[in-house]
Amino acid sequence: MPEIQNFTLNFGPQHPAAHGVLRLVLEMDGEVIQKADPHIGLLHRATEKLAESKPFNQTIGYMDRLDYVSMMCNEHGYVMAIEKLLGITPPLRAQYIRVLFDEITRILNHLMWLGAHGLDVGAMTMFLFCFREREDLMDCYEAVSGTRMHATYYRPGGVYRDLPETMPKYQPSKHRNESDLKRLNEDRSGSLLDFIESFTERFPGCVDEYETLLTDNRIWKQRTVNIGVVTPERAKQLGFSGPMLRGSGIAWDLRKKQPYEVYSELDFDIPVGATGDCYDRYLVRVEEMRQSNHIVKQCVDWLRANPGPVVLDDRKLSPPSRIEMKDDMESLIHHFKLFTEGYCVPEGESYAAVEHPKGEFGVYLVSDGANKPYRVKVRAPGFAHLSAMNEMVEGHMLADVVAVIGTQDIVFGEIDR
Amino acid sequence: MFKNLIKTFLLTELGKGLSVTFRHLFVRKVTVQYPEEKAPQSPRFRGLHALRRYPNGEERCIACKLCEAVCPALAITIESDVADDGTRRTSRYDIDLFKCIYCGFCEEACPVDAIVETRIHEYHMESRGENIMTKDKLLAVGDKYADMIAADKAADAPYR
Repeated sequence: MPEIQNFTLNFGPQHPAAHGVLRLVLEMDGEVIQKADPHIGLLHRATEKLAESKPFNQTIGYMDRLDYVSMMCNEHGYVMAIEKLLGITPPLRAQYIRVLFDEITRILNHLMWLGAHGLDVGAMTMFLFCFREREDLMDCYEAVSGTRMHATYYRPGGVYRDLPETMPKYQPSKHRNESDLKRLNEDRSGSLLDFIESFTERFPGCVDEYETLLTDNRIWKQRTVNIGVVTPERAKQLGFSGPMLRGSGIAWDLRKKQPYEVYSELDFDIPVGATGDCYDRYLVRVEEMRQSNHIVKQCVDWLRANPGPVVLDDRKLSPPSRIEMKDDMESLIHHFKLFTEGYCVPEGESYAAVEHPKGEFGVYLVSDGANKPYRVKVRAPGFAHLSAMNEMVEGHMLADVVAVIGTQDIVFGEIDR
Repeated sequence: MFKNLIKTFLLTELGKGLSVTFRHLFVRKVTVQYPEEKAPQSPRFRGLHALRRYPNGEERCIACKLCEAVCPALAITIESDVADDGTRRTSRYDIDLFKCIYCGFCEEACPVDAIVETRIHEYHMESRGENIMTKDKLLAVGDKYADMIAADKAADAPYR
Protein backbone atom coordinates (compact mmCIF):
# COMPACT_ATOMS: atom_id res chain seq x y z
CA MET A 1 0.00 0.00 0.00
CA PRO A 2 1.45 3.36 -0.91
CA GLU A 3 1.41 6.00 1.78
CA ILE A 4 -1.44 8.48 1.21
CA GLN A 5 -0.52 11.98 2.19
CA ASN A 6 -2.78 14.70 3.44
CA PHE A 7 -4.23 17.02 0.87
CA THR A 8 -3.74 20.75 1.28
CA LEU A 9 -6.62 22.97 0.28
CA ASN A 10 -6.66 26.73 -0.08
CA PHE A 11 -9.92 28.25 1.12
CA GLY A 12 -10.34 31.88 0.14
CA PRO A 13 -9.39 34.72 0.07
CA GLN A 14 -11.91 35.07 -2.75
CA HIS A 15 -14.33 32.45 -1.52
CA PRO A 16 -17.76 33.98 -0.92
CA ALA A 17 -18.15 32.07 2.34
CA ALA A 18 -14.82 33.34 3.64
CA HIS A 19 -16.51 36.54 4.87
CA GLY A 20 -14.14 38.98 3.30
CA VAL A 21 -10.52 38.20 2.82
CA LEU A 22 -9.89 35.19 5.01
CA ARG A 23 -7.39 32.75 3.57
CA LEU A 24 -7.52 29.36 5.21
CA VAL A 25 -4.97 26.71 4.40
CA LEU A 26 -6.67 23.46 5.21
CA GLU A 27 -4.88 20.18 5.61
CA MET A 28 -7.38 17.50 4.71
CA ASP A 29 -7.57 13.79 5.16
CA GLY A 30 -10.25 12.97 2.66
CA GLU A 31 -12.98 15.37 3.66
CA VAL A 32 -11.94 15.59 7.28
CA ILE A 33 -9.92 18.56 8.44
CA GLN A 34 -6.65 17.79 10.11
CA LYS A 35 -5.41 21.32 10.49
CA ALA A 36 -6.68 24.76 9.62
CA ASP A 37 -4.26 27.63 9.30
CA PRO A 38 -5.85 31.07 8.89
CA HIS A 39 -3.74 33.60 7.03
CA ILE A 40 -4.56 37.19 7.82
CA GLY A 41 -3.33 40.61 6.85
CA LEU A 42 -4.96 41.06 3.46
CA LEU A 43 -7.04 43.98 4.70
CA HIS A 44 -4.34 45.65 6.78
CA ARG A 45 -4.75 49.44 6.58
CA ALA A 46 -2.52 50.51 9.46
CA THR A 47 -5.33 52.19 11.36
CA GLU A 48 -3.32 52.19 14.58
CA LYS A 49 -0.31 53.79 12.93
CA LEU A 50 -2.46 56.34 11.09
CA ALA A 51 -3.98 57.38 14.40
CA GLU A 52 -0.55 58.39 15.67
CA SER A 53 -0.23 61.08 13.02
CA LYS A 54 -3.58 62.80 13.48
CA PRO A 55 -5.27 64.83 16.18
CA PHE A 56 -7.54 62.66 18.33
CA ASN A 57 -10.84 63.57 16.70
CA GLN A 58 -9.71 62.83 13.18
CA THR A 59 -9.34 59.13 13.90
CA ILE A 60 -13.00 58.68 14.84
CA GLY A 61 -13.89 58.16 11.19
CA TYR A 62 -11.27 55.45 10.84
CA MET A 63 -12.68 53.56 13.81
CA ASP A 64 -15.92 53.04 11.86
CA ARG A 65 -13.95 51.18 9.28
CA LEU A 66 -12.48 48.63 11.67
CA ASP A 67 -15.46 46.37 12.18
CA TYR A 68 -17.51 47.73 9.34
CA VAL A 69 -20.76 46.05 10.36
CA SER A 70 -20.86 47.52 13.85
CA MET A 71 -19.60 51.00 13.27
CA MET A 72 -20.73 53.08 16.21
CA CYS A 73 -19.54 50.54 18.79
CA ASN A 74 -15.98 50.91 17.50
CA GLU A 75 -16.22 54.66 17.79
CA HIS A 76 -17.56 54.21 21.29
CA GLY A 77 -14.49 52.28 22.45
CA TYR A 78 -12.21 54.92 21.03
CA VAL A 79 -13.98 57.98 22.42
CA MET A 80 -14.30 56.29 25.80
CA ALA A 81 -10.55 55.79 25.94
CA ILE A 82 -10.02 59.49 25.23
CA GLU A 83 -12.65 60.47 27.77
CA LYS A 84 -10.96 58.34 30.41
CA LEU A 85 -7.67 60.13 29.87
CA LEU A 86 -9.33 63.53 29.87
CA GLY A 87 -11.35 62.59 32.94
CA ILE A 88 -14.66 63.79 31.54
CA THR A 89 -18.17 62.37 31.53
CA PRO A 90 -20.56 63.18 28.70
CA PRO A 91 -24.01 64.60 29.53
CA LEU A 92 -26.64 62.04 30.46
CA ARG A 93 -28.58 62.51 27.24
CA ALA A 94 -25.45 61.83 25.21
CA GLN A 95 -24.90 58.65 27.20
CA TYR A 96 -28.42 57.49 26.44
CA ILE A 97 -28.01 58.30 22.75
CA ARG A 98 -24.80 56.30 22.74
CA VAL A 99 -26.43 53.32 24.39
CA LEU A 100 -29.38 53.61 22.00
CA PHE A 101 -27.10 53.51 19.00
CA ASP A 102 -24.84 50.84 20.47
CA GLU A 103 -27.85 48.59 20.75
CA ILE A 104 -29.13 49.50 17.29
CA THR A 105 -25.65 48.61 16.10
CA ARG A 106 -25.82 45.29 17.93
CA ILE A 107 -29.06 44.45 16.15
CA LEU A 108 -27.53 45.55 12.84
CA ASN A 109 -24.51 43.35 13.42
CA HIS A 110 -26.48 40.32 14.53
CA LEU A 111 -28.86 40.67 11.58
CA MET A 112 -25.91 40.75 9.24
CA TRP A 113 -24.43 37.75 11.01
CA LEU A 114 -27.69 35.82 10.95
CA GLY A 115 -28.26 36.55 7.29
CA ALA A 116 -24.74 35.63 6.25
CA HIS A 117 -24.53 32.59 8.50
CA GLY A 118 -27.89 31.38 7.20
CA LEU A 119 -26.82 31.93 3.62
CA ASP A 120 -23.54 30.08 4.18
CA VAL A 121 -25.36 27.09 5.55
CA GLY A 122 -28.03 27.18 2.87
CA ALA A 123 -30.90 29.32 4.13
CA MET A 124 -31.21 31.96 1.44
CA THR A 125 -34.44 33.40 2.85
CA MET A 126 -32.69 34.49 6.05
CA PHE A 127 -30.43 36.81 4.12
CA LEU A 128 -33.35 38.57 2.48
CA PHE A 129 -35.41 38.80 5.66
CA CYS A 130 -32.53 40.16 7.72
CA PHE A 131 -31.65 42.80 5.18
CA ARG A 132 -35.23 43.99 5.16
CA GLU A 133 -34.95 44.95 8.84
CA ARG A 134 -31.40 46.23 8.47
CA GLU A 135 -32.71 48.77 5.98
CA ASP A 136 -34.78 50.49 8.69
CA LEU A 137 -31.86 50.62 11.10
CA MET A 138 -29.61 51.98 8.39
CA ASP A 139 -32.17 54.73 7.93
CA CYS A 140 -31.79 55.56 11.62
CA TYR A 141 -28.04 55.79 11.11
CA GLU A 142 -28.55 58.05 8.14
CA ALA A 143 -31.06 60.27 9.87
CA VAL A 144 -28.74 60.88 12.78
CA SER A 145 -25.30 61.02 11.20
CA GLY A 146 -25.79 61.47 7.46
CA THR A 147 -24.31 58.15 6.40
CA ARG A 148 -25.76 54.70 6.38
CA MET A 149 -22.61 53.01 7.62
CA HIS A 150 -19.53 55.06 8.51
CA ALA A 151 -21.23 57.40 10.92
CA THR A 152 -18.44 59.44 12.57
CA TYR A 153 -21.10 60.42 15.08
CA TYR A 154 -19.57 59.99 18.55
CA ARG A 155 -17.26 62.63 19.91
CA PRO A 156 -15.25 62.77 23.11
CA GLY A 157 -17.68 64.46 25.46
CA GLY A 158 -20.87 63.38 23.76
CA VAL A 159 -22.19 63.01 20.25
CA TYR A 160 -22.07 65.39 17.31
CA ARG A 161 -25.73 66.39 16.87
CA ASP A 162 -29.01 65.81 18.61
CA LEU A 163 -31.54 63.36 17.20
CA PRO A 164 -33.57 64.88 14.36
CA GLU A 165 -37.19 65.84 14.93
CA THR A 166 -38.24 64.74 11.45
CA MET A 167 -37.59 61.68 9.36
CA PRO A 168 -37.02 61.82 5.61
CA LYS A 169 -40.04 60.57 3.67
CA TYR A 170 -40.70 58.60 0.54
CA GLN A 171 -41.31 60.87 -2.43
CA PRO A 172 -44.11 60.31 -4.95
CA SER A 173 -43.15 58.23 -7.95
CA LYS A 174 -44.91 56.37 -10.71
CA HIS A 175 -44.56 53.13 -8.77
CA ARG A 176 -46.51 54.32 -5.76
CA ASN A 177 -50.05 55.55 -5.54
CA GLU A 178 -51.26 57.85 -2.82
CA SER A 179 -52.34 55.21 -0.33
CA ASP A 180 -49.09 53.30 -0.82
CA LEU A 181 -47.12 56.42 -0.08
CA LYS A 182 -49.21 57.18 2.96
CA ARG A 183 -48.61 53.70 4.32
CA LEU A 184 -44.86 53.90 3.68
CA ASN A 185 -44.57 57.28 5.31
CA GLU A 186 -46.72 56.41 8.30
CA ASP A 187 -43.76 55.52 10.53
CA ARG A 188 -41.84 58.48 9.22
CA SER A 189 -44.38 61.13 10.07
CA GLY A 190 -42.91 61.79 13.51
CA SER A 191 -39.39 62.16 14.87
CA LEU A 192 -36.54 59.68 14.70
CA LEU A 193 -37.53 58.41 18.14
CA ASP A 194 -41.04 57.64 16.88
CA PHE A 195 -39.52 55.79 13.96
CA ILE A 196 -37.28 53.75 16.25
CA GLU A 197 -40.17 53.02 18.57
CA SER A 198 -42.34 51.67 15.78
CA PHE A 199 -39.38 49.52 14.79
CA THR A 200 -39.02 48.10 18.30
CA GLU A 201 -42.70 47.20 18.25
CA ARG A 202 -42.38 45.42 14.94
CA PHE A 203 -39.03 43.75 15.49
CA PRO A 204 -39.87 40.97 18.00
CA GLY A 205 -42.32 39.62 15.43
CA CYS A 206 -39.55 39.57 12.84
CA VAL A 207 -37.27 37.66 15.21
CA ASP A 208 -40.08 35.16 15.75
CA GLU A 209 -40.16 34.73 11.99
CA TYR A 210 -36.43 34.04 11.83
CA GLU A 211 -36.80 31.55 14.63
CA THR A 212 -39.66 29.76 12.90
CA LEU A 213 -37.41 29.34 9.92
CA LEU A 214 -34.31 28.17 11.77
CA THR A 215 -34.58 27.20 15.42
CA ASP A 216 -36.34 23.87 14.98
CA ASN A 217 -35.34 23.32 11.40
CA ARG A 218 -33.67 19.92 11.09
CA ILE A 219 -31.31 21.01 8.33
CA TRP A 220 -30.14 23.99 10.39
CA LYS A 221 -29.69 21.74 13.42
CA GLN A 222 -27.77 19.13 11.45
CA ARG A 223 -25.41 21.82 10.31
CA THR A 224 -24.89 23.51 13.67
CA VAL A 225 -25.53 21.22 16.64
CA ASN A 226 -22.27 19.85 18.03
CA ILE A 227 -20.20 21.69 15.46
CA GLY A 228 -17.27 23.72 16.73
CA VAL A 229 -17.77 22.90 20.40
CA VAL A 230 -15.72 24.99 22.80
CA THR A 231 -15.68 24.11 26.48
CA PRO A 232 -16.03 26.97 28.99
CA GLU A 233 -12.48 26.46 30.27
CA ARG A 234 -11.03 26.46 26.80
CA ALA A 235 -13.10 29.50 25.79
CA LYS A 236 -11.57 31.44 28.66
CA GLN A 237 -8.07 30.26 27.84
CA LEU A 238 -8.48 31.28 24.22
CA GLY A 239 -9.50 34.79 25.18
CA PHE A 240 -13.02 34.56 23.82
CA SER A 241 -15.50 37.29 24.58
CA GLY A 242 -19.00 38.28 23.68
CA PRO A 243 -21.46 35.72 22.29
CA MET A 244 -18.64 33.25 21.65
CA LEU A 245 -17.91 33.12 25.37
CA ARG A 246 -21.55 33.27 26.43
CA GLY A 247 -22.36 30.47 24.01
CA SER A 248 -20.04 28.28 26.07
CA GLY A 249 -22.04 29.05 29.17
CA ILE A 250 -20.06 31.80 30.85
CA ALA A 251 -22.20 34.76 31.80
CA TRP A 252 -19.66 37.46 30.99
CA ASP A 253 -20.89 40.71 29.59
CA LEU A 254 -19.10 44.03 30.05
CA ARG A 255 -22.44 45.81 30.10
CA LYS A 256 -23.20 43.96 33.34
CA LYS A 257 -19.75 43.28 34.77
CA GLN A 258 -18.18 46.70 34.21
CA PRO A 259 -21.16 48.90 33.39
CA TYR A 260 -20.24 51.89 31.28
CA GLU A 261 -22.48 54.79 30.22
CA VAL A 262 -25.99 54.12 31.56
CA TYR A 263 -26.16 50.35 31.26
CA SER A 264 -26.43 49.98 35.03
CA GLU A 265 -29.81 51.76 34.94
CA LEU A 266 -31.28 49.68 32.18
CA ASP A 267 -33.09 46.43 32.50
CA PHE A 268 -31.84 43.58 30.37
CA ASP A 269 -30.66 39.98 30.65
CA ILE A 270 -27.63 38.28 29.24
CA PRO A 271 -28.37 34.96 27.55
CA VAL A 272 -25.93 32.08 27.95
CA GLY A 273 -25.59 28.83 26.06
CA ALA A 274 -25.06 25.36 27.48
CA THR A 275 -22.91 23.26 25.18
CA GLY A 276 -20.82 25.85 23.34
CA ASP A 277 -21.61 24.66 19.83
CA CYS A 278 -22.68 26.69 16.81
CA TYR A 279 -26.35 26.15 17.60
CA ASP A 280 -26.02 27.57 21.12
CA ARG A 281 -24.20 30.61 19.84
CA TYR A 282 -27.02 31.07 17.36
CA LEU A 283 -29.57 30.96 20.18
CA VAL A 284 -27.52 33.38 22.27
CA ARG A 285 -27.27 35.92 19.47
CA VAL A 286 -30.94 35.70 18.61
CA GLU A 287 -31.85 36.31 22.25
CA GLU A 288 -29.39 39.19 22.34
CA MET A 289 -31.32 40.81 19.51
CA ARG A 290 -34.48 40.62 21.60
CA GLN A 291 -32.67 42.06 24.63
CA SER A 292 -31.16 44.86 22.56
CA ASN A 293 -34.60 45.66 21.26
CA HIS A 294 -35.77 45.93 24.87
CA ILE A 295 -32.88 48.29 25.74
CA VAL A 296 -33.59 50.43 22.69
CA LYS A 297 -37.17 50.80 23.84
CA GLN A 298 -36.10 51.96 27.31
CA CYS A 299 -33.66 54.47 25.81
CA VAL A 300 -36.35 55.86 23.51
CA ASP A 301 -38.66 56.42 26.46
CA TRP A 302 -35.98 58.20 28.46
CA LEU A 303 -34.79 60.33 25.56
CA ARG A 304 -38.35 61.45 24.84
CA ALA A 305 -38.83 62.70 28.37
CA ASN A 306 -35.43 64.31 28.87
CA PRO A 307 -34.24 66.88 26.35
CA GLY A 308 -30.91 68.49 26.98
CA PRO A 309 -27.39 69.00 25.69
CA VAL A 310 -25.77 66.13 23.83
CA VAL A 311 -22.17 67.25 24.09
CA LEU A 312 -20.12 68.74 26.89
CA ASP A 313 -20.20 72.50 27.09
CA ASP A 314 -16.42 72.77 27.18
CA ARG A 315 -14.95 74.96 24.49
CA LYS A 316 -11.54 73.35 24.84
CA LEU A 317 -13.03 70.02 23.73
CA SER A 318 -16.10 70.55 21.63
CA PRO A 319 -16.62 73.29 19.07
CA PRO A 320 -19.17 76.04 19.74
CA SER A 321 -22.49 76.10 17.90
CA ARG A 322 -22.52 77.62 14.42
CA ILE A 323 -24.44 80.68 15.57
CA GLU A 324 -22.08 81.33 18.48
CA MET A 325 -19.09 80.82 16.26
CA LYS A 326 -20.28 83.40 13.75
CA ASP A 327 -21.24 85.96 16.37
CA ASP A 328 -18.47 85.86 18.89
CA MET A 329 -14.74 86.32 18.36
CA GLU A 330 -13.72 84.08 21.24
CA SER A 331 -15.90 81.27 19.97
CA LEU A 332 -14.39 81.66 16.52
CA ILE A 333 -10.92 81.33 17.99
CA HIS A 334 -11.99 78.20 19.82
CA HIS A 335 -13.45 76.88 16.58
CA PHE A 336 -10.21 77.46 14.70
CA LYS A 337 -8.08 76.02 17.49
CA LEU A 338 -10.22 72.87 17.71
CA PHE A 339 -10.27 72.17 14.00
CA THR A 340 -6.57 72.74 13.43
CA GLU A 341 -4.75 71.70 16.56
CA GLY A 342 -7.50 69.79 18.33
CA TYR A 343 -7.05 69.36 22.04
CA CYS A 344 -4.20 68.04 24.13
CA VAL A 345 -4.77 65.03 26.29
CA PRO A 346 -2.87 64.70 29.58
CA GLU A 347 0.06 62.34 29.66
CA GLY A 348 -0.84 58.80 30.62
CA GLU A 349 -2.44 55.67 29.39
CA SER A 350 -5.96 54.31 29.38
CA TYR A 351 -7.83 51.24 28.33
CA ALA A 352 -11.51 51.41 27.53
CA ALA A 353 -13.52 48.40 26.53
CA VAL A 354 -17.06 48.18 25.26
CA GLU A 355 -19.29 45.19 24.81
CA HIS A 356 -19.12 45.20 21.06
CA PRO A 357 -21.58 42.90 19.24
CA LYS A 358 -18.70 40.50 18.62
CA GLY A 359 -17.12 40.63 22.05
CA GLU A 360 -14.83 42.89 24.02
CA PHE A 361 -13.65 45.71 21.82
CA GLY A 362 -10.93 47.59 23.66
CA VAL A 363 -8.82 50.59 22.84
CA TYR A 364 -5.54 51.07 24.66
CA LEU A 365 -4.34 54.61 24.38
CA VAL A 366 -1.01 56.07 25.35
CA SER A 367 -0.69 59.81 25.36
CA ASP A 368 2.49 61.84 25.79
CA GLY A 369 0.54 65.01 26.38
CA ALA A 370 0.35 66.05 22.73
CA ASN A 371 -2.69 66.58 20.54
CA LYS A 372 -2.10 63.19 18.93
CA PRO A 373 -2.04 59.79 20.57
CA TYR A 374 1.42 58.39 21.15
CA ARG A 375 0.12 54.91 20.53
CA VAL A 376 -3.28 53.36 19.91
CA LYS A 377 -3.78 49.65 20.25
CA VAL A 378 -7.07 48.10 19.28
CA ARG A 379 -8.13 44.88 20.91
CA ALA A 380 -10.34 43.27 18.32
CA PRO A 381 -12.54 40.41 19.54
CA GLY A 382 -12.49 38.70 16.16
CA PHE A 383 -8.76 38.16 16.34
CA ALA A 384 -8.98 35.90 19.38
CA HIS A 385 -11.90 34.05 17.86
CA LEU A 386 -10.13 33.45 14.58
CA SER A 387 -7.08 32.17 16.44
CA ALA A 388 -9.25 29.36 17.72
CA MET A 389 -10.23 28.31 14.21
CA ASN A 390 -7.83 25.37 14.13
CA GLU A 391 -9.20 23.99 17.37
CA MET A 392 -12.80 24.48 16.41
CA VAL A 393 -12.71 22.79 13.02
CA GLU A 394 -10.26 19.99 13.73
CA GLY A 395 -11.89 16.66 12.94
CA HIS A 396 -14.89 18.25 11.28
CA MET A 397 -15.85 18.02 7.62
CA LEU A 398 -14.98 20.65 5.05
CA ALA A 399 -18.54 21.97 4.94
CA ASP A 400 -18.42 22.63 8.69
CA VAL A 401 -15.61 25.13 8.23
CA VAL A 402 -18.19 27.43 6.67
CA ALA A 403 -20.50 27.00 9.65
CA VAL A 404 -17.65 27.78 12.05
CA ILE A 405 -16.58 30.88 10.12
CA GLY A 406 -20.20 31.96 10.25
CA THR A 407 -20.58 31.37 13.96
CA GLN A 408 -17.37 33.23 14.76
CA ASP A 409 -18.85 36.30 13.10
CA ILE A 410 -15.58 37.17 11.46
CA VAL A 411 -15.07 40.62 10.02
CA PHE A 412 -11.69 41.32 8.57
CA GLY A 413 -11.74 45.04 9.04
CA GLU A 414 -11.07 44.60 12.74
CA ILE A 415 -8.81 41.56 12.58
CA ASP A 416 -6.37 43.04 10.07
CA ARG A 417 -6.99 46.63 11.22
CA MET B 1 -40.85 10.42 22.61
CA PHE B 2 -43.86 9.40 20.59
CA LYS B 3 -44.66 13.04 19.93
CA ASN B 4 -41.15 13.65 18.67
CA LEU B 5 -41.43 10.69 16.36
CA ILE B 6 -44.58 12.08 14.80
CA LYS B 7 -42.94 15.48 14.48
CA THR B 8 -39.96 13.93 12.76
CA PHE B 9 -42.03 12.04 10.23
CA LEU B 10 -44.55 14.76 9.51
CA LEU B 11 -41.81 17.38 8.90
CA THR B 12 -43.76 19.83 11.05
CA GLU B 13 -40.97 22.33 11.63
CA LEU B 14 -40.05 22.38 7.95
CA GLY B 15 -43.71 22.91 7.11
CA LYS B 16 -43.93 25.81 9.55
CA GLY B 17 -40.85 27.40 8.04
CA LEU B 18 -42.15 26.94 4.52
CA SER B 19 -45.48 28.45 5.51
CA VAL B 20 -43.63 31.60 6.57
CA THR B 21 -41.95 31.88 3.19
CA PHE B 22 -45.21 31.02 1.45
CA ARG B 23 -47.04 33.73 3.38
CA HIS B 24 -44.43 36.20 2.22
CA LEU B 25 -45.46 35.55 -1.37
CA PHE B 26 -48.56 37.59 -0.66
CA VAL B 27 -47.11 40.19 1.68
CA ARG B 28 -46.54 43.72 0.36
CA LYS B 29 -43.16 43.97 -1.30
CA VAL B 30 -40.52 46.18 0.28
CA THR B 31 -38.48 46.51 -2.91
CA VAL B 32 -37.77 50.07 -4.00
CA GLN B 33 -37.84 50.44 -7.78
CA TYR B 34 -34.52 52.23 -8.11
CA PRO B 35 -33.73 54.45 -10.06
CA GLU B 36 -37.29 55.52 -10.85
CA GLU B 37 -38.08 55.52 -7.17
CA LYS B 38 -35.60 56.30 -4.43
CA ALA B 39 -35.33 55.50 -0.77
CA PRO B 40 -35.77 58.47 1.57
CA GLN B 41 -32.66 60.48 2.15
CA SER B 42 -31.80 62.51 5.21
CA PRO B 43 -30.89 66.20 4.88
CA ARG B 44 -27.75 65.32 6.82
CA PHE B 45 -26.60 63.00 4.05
CA ARG B 46 -22.91 63.24 3.25
CA GLY B 47 -22.31 62.71 -0.44
CA LEU B 48 -20.55 64.60 -3.20
CA HIS B 49 -18.91 67.86 -2.18
CA ALA B 50 -19.86 71.31 -3.38
CA LEU B 51 -18.62 74.84 -2.90
CA ARG B 52 -21.33 77.40 -2.27
CA ARG B 53 -21.78 81.04 -3.16
CA TYR B 54 -23.55 83.87 -1.39
CA PRO B 55 -26.91 84.90 -2.91
CA ASN B 56 -25.17 87.81 -4.69
CA GLY B 57 -22.90 85.36 -6.53
CA GLU B 58 -19.79 85.96 -4.45
CA GLU B 59 -17.78 82.88 -3.52
CA ARG B 60 -18.10 81.95 0.12
CA CYS B 61 -14.69 80.33 0.50
CA ILE B 62 -12.08 82.63 1.99
CA ALA B 63 -9.18 80.16 1.83
CA CYS B 64 -8.84 79.81 5.60
CA LYS B 65 -7.71 76.22 5.00
CA LEU B 66 -9.50 74.82 8.04
CA CYS B 67 -10.93 72.01 5.91
CA GLU B 68 -7.49 71.18 4.61
CA ALA B 69 -6.19 71.03 8.17
CA VAL B 70 -9.02 68.93 9.54
CA CYS B 71 -9.26 66.44 6.67
CA PRO B 72 -8.19 63.07 8.12
CA ALA B 73 -7.50 61.60 4.68
CA LEU B 74 -5.53 64.62 3.39
CA ALA B 75 -7.85 64.72 0.41
CA ILE B 76 -8.07 68.51 0.17
CA THR B 77 -5.39 70.70 -1.41
CA ILE B 78 -5.71 74.47 -1.29
CA GLU B 79 -3.61 77.29 -2.66
CA SER B 80 -4.60 80.85 -1.91
CA ASP B 81 -4.06 84.13 -3.65
CA VAL B 82 -5.35 87.67 -3.66
CA ALA B 83 -8.19 88.06 -6.13
CA ASP B 84 -8.66 91.01 -8.49
CA ASP B 85 -10.98 92.74 -6.03
CA GLY B 86 -8.38 92.48 -3.30
CA THR B 87 -10.05 89.68 -1.33
CA ARG B 88 -8.36 86.50 -0.22
CA ARG B 89 -9.50 83.63 -2.43
CA THR B 90 -8.43 80.14 -3.33
CA SER B 91 -6.52 79.84 -6.57
CA ARG B 92 -6.73 76.10 -6.28
CA TYR B 93 -9.19 73.95 -4.38
CA ASP B 94 -8.93 70.24 -5.12
CA ILE B 95 -10.69 67.35 -3.43
CA ASP B 96 -9.52 63.88 -4.32
CA LEU B 97 -12.68 61.80 -4.21
CA PHE B 98 -10.67 58.60 -4.00
CA LYS B 99 -8.96 59.74 -0.82
CA CYS B 100 -12.03 61.28 0.76
CA ILE B 101 -13.67 59.19 3.47
CA TYR B 102 -16.85 61.32 3.60
CA CYS B 103 -16.54 61.99 7.32
CA GLY B 104 -18.05 65.46 7.02
CA PHE B 105 -15.33 67.19 9.05
CA CYS B 106 -14.67 69.72 6.26
CA GLU B 107 -18.26 70.86 6.39
CA GLU B 108 -18.16 70.92 10.17
CA ALA B 109 -14.99 73.01 10.16
CA CYS B 110 -15.93 75.56 7.49
CA PRO B 111 -16.64 78.88 9.24
CA VAL B 112 -18.49 80.35 6.24
CA ASP B 113 -20.51 77.27 5.15
CA ALA B 114 -18.64 77.20 1.85
CA ILE B 115 -17.65 73.55 1.51
CA VAL B 116 -20.60 71.23 2.03
CA GLU B 117 -21.38 67.61 1.44
CA THR B 118 -24.57 67.27 -0.57
CA ARG B 119 -27.08 64.49 -0.88
CA ILE B 120 -25.77 63.60 -4.34
CA HIS B 121 -24.50 60.05 -4.25
CA GLU B 122 -24.94 58.93 -7.85
CA TYR B 123 -21.87 60.04 -9.76
CA HIS B 124 -19.19 58.34 -11.71
CA MET B 125 -15.88 58.91 -13.43
CA GLU B 126 -14.98 57.78 -16.91
CA SER B 127 -11.29 58.49 -17.11
CA ARG B 128 -8.29 59.01 -14.90
CA GLY B 129 -8.04 62.33 -13.18
CA GLU B 130 -11.77 62.89 -12.97
CA ASN B 131 -11.63 61.85 -9.35
CA ILE B 132 -10.09 65.23 -8.56
CA MET B 133 -12.87 67.73 -7.93
CA THR B 134 -11.35 71.03 -8.92
CA LYS B 135 -12.61 74.38 -7.72
CA ASP B 136 -14.61 74.93 -10.94
CA LYS B 137 -16.29 71.56 -10.67
CA LEU B 138 -17.13 72.09 -7.02
CA LEU B 139 -18.58 75.52 -7.69
CA ALA B 140 -20.56 74.11 -10.61
CA VAL B 141 -22.11 71.50 -8.34
CA GLY B 142 -22.86 74.20 -5.80
CA ASP B 143 -24.53 76.42 -8.43
CA LYS B 144 -26.54 73.65 -10.01
CA TYR B 145 -27.98 72.39 -6.73
CA ALA B 146 -27.97 75.69 -4.84
CA ASP B 147 -31.61 75.46 -3.75
CA MET B 148 -31.39 71.84 -2.66
CA ILE B 149 -28.23 72.47 -0.65
CA ALA B 150 -29.70 75.57 0.97
CA ALA B 151 -32.84 73.67 1.97
CA ASP B 152 -30.83 70.76 3.41
CA LYS B 153 -28.55 73.04 5.41
CA ALA B 154 -31.52 75.02 6.71
CA ALA B 155 -33.19 71.79 7.82
CA ASP B 156 -30.12 70.79 9.81
CA ALA B 157 -29.16 74.22 11.11
CA PRO B 158 -31.08 73.95 14.44
CA TYR B 159 -28.95 70.95 15.42
CA ARG B 160 -25.52 72.40 14.73
